[in-house]
Amino acid sequence: MTVNQLDAEALYAQLLAGVRPLVRHDAALAGVWSGGAWLAERLQRDLGLEGEHGVISSALHRDDFSRRGMSSAEPTRLPFSVDGRPILLIDDVLYTGRTTRAVINELFDFGRPASVTLAVLVDRGGRELPIEPAFTAARIALPPDARLRLARDAAGHFSFDVQEGD
Amino acid sequence: MLQQRNPQLNSNGELIHLLSIEGLPSAVIHQILDTAGTFLSVNDREVKKVPLLRGKSVFNLFFENSTRTRTTFEIAAKRLSADVVNLDIARSSAAKGESLLDTIANLSAMHADMFVVRHSESGAPYLIAKHCAPHVHVVNAGDGRHAHPTQGLLDMYTIRHYKQDFTNLTVAIVGDIVHSRVARSDIHALTTLGVPEIRAVGPKTLVPGDLNEMGVRVCHDMAEGIRGADVIIMLRLQNERMSGAMLPSAGEFFKNYGLTPEKLALAKPDCIVMHPGPINRGVEIDSAVADGRQSVILPQVTFGIAVRMAVMSTIAGNNA
Repeated sequence: MTVNQLDAEALYAQLLAGVRPLVRHDAALAGVWSGGAWLAERLQRDLGLEGEHGVISSALHRDDFSRRGMSSAEPTRLPFSVDGRPILLIDDVLYTGRTTRAVINELFDFGRPASVTLAVLVDRGGRELPIEPAFTAARIALPPDARLRLARDAAGHFSFDVQEGD
Repeated sequence: MLQQRNPQLNSNGELIHLLSIEGLPSAVIHQILDTAGTFLSVNDREVKKVPLLRGKSVFNLFFENSTRTRTTFEIAAKRLSADVVNLDIARSSAAKGESLLDTIANLSAMHADMFVVRHSESGAPYLIAKHCAPHVHVVNAGDGRHAHPTQGLLDMYTIRHYKQDFTNLTVAIVGDIVHSRVARSDIHALTTLGVPEIRAVGPKTLVPGDLNEMGVRVCHDMAEGIRGADVIIMLRLQNERMSGAMLPSAGEFFKNYGLTPEKLALAKPDCIVMHPGPINRGVEIDSAVADGRQSVILPQVTFGIAVRMAVMSTIAGNNA
């Protein structure tokens, strides 16, 4: 599959189906800001889960802080107790795994979850840490300098924002 | 030709030191306030600490005493996981005759990453920023009568928190404005953020007339100064000024400029009352106002820690 063939809405439908069996009793959804948070918001609704989804930001635990400085992001907002809860982390694009590492640290600042499971829309390979999602809707290979992230229009429709590298 | 640029900013326009609010673009101010909002929520977590400054050393250099400001900087640095060293310079090397730059050179040799500086001389933090190593960051925690930028920023955070928008506000700053670095920092920040009406209220001896040139309306009459205000910032009447014949007496000052419930009634009903602390009850502010429903003096203290965390993490993350 090439990057231009990626259909975000079709992949979302796969993500919804793939996530359903991962939602254990009492599980809470936490979407990684920003694309993952949009996905979690829609999944929360489409899965018929009670309460509100969480939004989690990697900003305070990033390992590139000393090189790139404070990244601007919405603050983490978890409208549920993390302690003893199975947490399903949702992200749009999984790449090096460094963001996932940072948000897991962030999550643990709020308590001790029973478990943390990761589901993503697209896995673009290139992992630098031992992180593996429980569900992936699509796998593609991209050059290291290419950028891929989810976009959402005013009507809530998903698409991909692609900046291809050289 | 070498261009003179703001010493607080690097060539990309990013903040590397915080020396004064004067000359800071409004985008930089808003970015700090946004970041502070993130840190404020850290207080609600089980772990009230983030690792951004892990392995960094922050030196609090207070050449002038201030327990309160030093403590809030210390808490802010510790919540960012920095190692904090407090130096009460007033009682140490400076007293033995060591020069400011020698002190800095020595502390740099101890691998300081950031200096938080309070000094009675205006401009001392600039001198330090100019002479320290490129990886070292400087925060001005108050220099002479010049600037107290973190207080100015926390005041802006407080106003934004309660009023959201700056561009429709009337803000009255009341009291000893001539000696106040807080007033100066607030005026620069309010102007940059687009506040249309800034008033400086107080007796002629304490409110310089040339403030008009900064776009500030000078009012020597308290009622005129606070009528219709959205925000009132009371300043501490510095007791040490009283002896200099600038004021007849504290009682006289309170009668004319002390904020009482009756005077506060002239402002808008949802007007907030701010004060940088420490407050002198019965001198510049009545207890009924300081403890009243419109007072946001204690939230200011809480916001101050988040704002100082935002300043320290922002400058530490930007390279010279």
